[in-house]
Amino acid sequence: MGKITVKKIDTRPTLTFLERTYLKEILRGLWITNLHFVVNIFFHILHLFGIRTRRKGAVTIQYPEEHRGYHRRLRTSHYLTKREDGSPRCVGCMMCETVCPAHCIFITAKEHPDPNVEKQAYSYTIDMGRCVYCGFCVEACPEDAIRMDSGHLEISAYSREEMVYPIDRLLKIEHDPKPYKDYGKYLEEFLR
Amino acid sequence: MLIDLLIKTIVILVVLNGVLAFGGFLTWVERKQSAVMQDRIGANRASILGFRLWGLFHILSDGIKMFAKEEFTPTTEYRKLFWLAPFISWFFALTAFAVIPFSDTISLWGKELTLQIANPEIGILFVFAMMGMSIYGVILGGWSSSNNYALLGAMRASAQMISYEVALAASVVGPLIVFGTLNMQKIVEWQGQTYGGWLPLWGVVVQPLAFLLFITAGAAETKRVPFDLPEGESEIIGFNLEYSSMRFGAFMFTDFVEKILVSCLTVTVFLGGWQVPFLAESGFVYGPETLLPLDIRLVWLLRAAAFLVKVCIVIYVLMLVRWTLPRFRYDQLMRLGWKFLLPLAFANIVVTAAVVFILNS
Repeated sequence: MGKITVKKIDTRPTLTFLERTYLKEILRGLWITNLHFVVNIFFHILHLFGIRTRRKGAVTIQYPEEHRGYHRRLRTSHYLTKREDGSPRCVGCMMCETVCPAHCIFITAKEHPDPNVEKQAYSYTIDMGRCVYCGFCVEACPEDAIRMDSGHLEISAYSREEMVYPIDRLLKIEHDPKPYKDYGKYLEEFLR
Repeated sequence: MLIDLLIKTIVILVVLNGVLAFGGFLTWVERKQSAVMQDRIGANRASILGFRLWGLFHILSDGIKMFAKEEFTPTTEYRKLFWLAPFISWFFALTAFAVIPFSDTISLWGKELTLQIANPEIGILFVFAMMGMSIYGVILGGWSSSNNYALLGAMRASAQMISYEVALAASVVGPLIVFGTLNMQKIVEWQGQTYGGWLPLWGVVVQPLAFLLFITAGAAETKRVPFDLPEGESEIIGFNLEYSSMRFGAFMFTDFVEKILVSCLTVTVFLGGWQVPFLAESGFVYGPETLLPLDIRLVWLLRAAAFLVKVCIVIYVLMLVRWTLPRFRYDQLMRLGWKFLLPLAFANIVVTAAVVFILNS
């Protein structure tokens, strides 16, 4: 019977007395944060006196006034597209209502005056409070009548009733894509 | 007689309101400094008539918020103690300011004027007594909450504060041996000397080790990060768990006031108080010659301003530490206090006493 030996691996570095007091590292950390403070406050003061520099005093994006922008593939608020004459493209085929996993689309169809079109939406309601933003409705639509690239993300209301968007509201939402800024590049520029 | 009373009242009002206003201001400084250090902007949304003033109005809005919030009192047998506890903390923190020498003494209109409420011979002992009493606010607050978590938090807090109280008091004995006095004004006057005519003999020059120990213990005593175990804002529940509204605000504000107190003490004992290097009563002097003669009142103002500037610098450093270092574990905290700070402070006392004895004999 052989004795089982366990190989012991100690990867922890042996610290000298000075390292064990952590004084040097504490001072180094304080120096780093202090440097950040001094450099940033220098640029803040420059901006206060109206001197523009490429580097800003902070990486903060002041959200409601400043927009970082969204990626163009981001699914934002729905909107209904229109024909050339301004009427909705929707033909009331119920594809989106059927595919919707959250059951938040409600359509009533009526006859379209143009016999080639057959039907149009009499009412088209989306309950934004129930929508899961899966984008299935956009994929299901054969007429490209509903899209989700409006660029509106601030969907909020004070009551559940206000979260239900009727057809005229969905038609009014404008396609307003905000150009996307790459935050990594923005940070790189700041830290340079 | 009456005029003396009036002068004293004015001095008390100036010191008290000055400290309170400065404490409120510190809440803004804390936010902004941490923000700038972390490449952020910090709170800047509160505005009056569209003026934001870099978020200065957040002090006001915080105050309004504190007063307007719901006041919650748990069902406890110690209702009165529960109500009293924050104000006990507050009271003792503010009382300690009575002996801090904010300025030089000036003779004007036949009166001795100074921005110091009282100048007893035991000055610095009074401050330590008051700082020791502020533990009562914490432990009463935790105990009267009738909440086991709050009680545990209070026990932890009092253990920490008492441990570091010892180190704090021991670290300041060294400088006191050198100064040979407990009187705050005399301590500052002693630091007006120079070594070799150019190096001002401030406490930090004669007692560098004591300075480090004092700053460390002071940060722990005022429950600041990295020693903020008593509060442990989000992770471990502290003694102020059951407090809400302005009573919680009083606890929080006490912290800021205590921070000012520790900074004032540091400045008084180690950074020369109101002394400005090479500034004598007649103006700036170097050796025997006068470089720039100044009016005595201007000198007085300069010295009071110097005290304020030094306090600001110390507070900047304390906040820098607070926003740089992570929190200690409890055993690390106790080890640092008892096994590191205290022996070093005692060693400092022995060495200082020996050196002073040899130099004097």
